[in-house]
Amino acid sequence: MRYRVHLEELELDFTCHPGQNVLECMIGAGKKGIQVGCRGGGCGVCKVEVLEGEFTARAMSKAHVDEESLVRRQVLACCITPRSDLSLKVIGKIAKPIQRRCQ
Amino acid sequence: MALRGILRLGEVCIRVLDLAAARTHYVDRMGLIEVMSDEEDRKIYCKAWDEHDHHSIVLREADEAGLDYVAFKVYDDQTLTDLEPRIQAFGLDVSRIDAGVYPKSGRRLEFFLPSGHRMQLYAEKAQIGNTLGTRNPGVMPDEGVIRGFRINRLDHCLLGGPNIDECGRLFQEVFDFDLSERIEDEESRDSLAMFLTCSTKPHDVAFVIQPEPGRFHHVSFLLESATDVIHAADMIGKYRIPVDVGPNRHGVTRGNTIYYFDPSGNRNEVFSGGYVHYPDTPTLTWDTSQMGPAQFSQDNIARESFLTVVT
Ligand code: FES
Repeated sequence: MRYRVHLEELELDFTCHPGQNVLECMIGAGKKGIQVGCRGGGCGVCKVEVLEGEFTARAMSKAHVDEESLVRRQVLACCITPRSDLSLKVIGKIAKPIQRRCQ
Repeated sequence: MALRGILRLGEVCIRVLDLAAARTHYVDRMGLIEVMSDEEDRKIYCKAWDEHDHHSIVLREADEAGLDYVAFKVYDDQTLTDLEPRIQAFGLDVSRIDAGVYPKSGRRLEFFLPSGHRMQLYAEKAQIGNTLGTRNPGVMPDEGVIRGFRINRLDHCLLGGPNIDECGRLFQEVFDFDLSERIEDEESRDSLAMFLTCSTKPHDVAFVIQPEPGRFHHVSFLLESATDVIHAADMIGKYRIPVDVGPNRHGVTRGNTIYYFDPSGNRNEVFSGGYVHYPDTPTLTWDTSQMGPAQFSQDNIARESFLTVVT
């Protein structure tokens, strides 16, 4: 079963194929919207809030997804697989310790 | 400097979210040798083929990814005795861990670095060799000993956290490392990364500035040649292992490198090459006006993810 994933605010859509996580489907579709990091549930940069729809999740680092986040349906896009069409809001941020000066 | 004092990074304990997936990655794909496992503690112990010590990588299943600790091997027990008061004089609390608490290991000293990382020192670990023996050893192990990414040994790690100048001072003043290279902000001259060596390698440990303490940037393994880096890259592609930065060369340290992630998001590197460092080699400094060439010298493009994605 294929599902449609919609990113709120960015007004971006892509298709998820069976067994694939949301982040790899976004990458596979050549779209940009969710930050891409470790793709293993460890770094937290791909965090999204699931506004609508059902999904299954594999193990995610507690450092980024604790019980409270789970209740709020704030999860890691690289660890969730859709079980219906999904509507997501991107909430992951990356800290910028090194500000590069462009030249 | 004949190599005494701290010898090398000898053991890294990595937290993984799923032990079976970690075993597939580190043992089946990368080709590390699993020497022991502890089902109760949910740990796997591994070594690279050309290491003589019992293990160098410990994988521990946990609910967070990241780094448990790094441990450096020192020359002998007297080195531990001599270092303890010097570490305390630097201002760190040192705890003593009895022999045997860590398997196959002699006593350890443990303390927290100013960057927030747990670090240990030990002098003794059981040696099981590299399969060649030590008398008339030959040069080639049996077929199948060298496999996967063809990793020779654990090489270094990069740790992210605050207070990296203090870490640099600790490693130089107390542990007798040299500062081989440094990245600084072009204007403020603040340190952004410090590369430190206790050997003739360009680095044995490095620190990169991060707002949060105790972050894990990567652990790195040495390959024989740049050809082996490309071979590893082909296997990384075949097995769909997530890549952070594809084959390239570092400006800093000059290593031929590829960066990828384990299934829990911890970053790994395999690399070959680099220059020879001596204690009289001057410190090399790079600044933010040249972040591209400092990071990746074949395309001179700095990678945002390389500075911001950590576990
Ligand atoms: S990309 Fe790192 S947690 Fe998803």
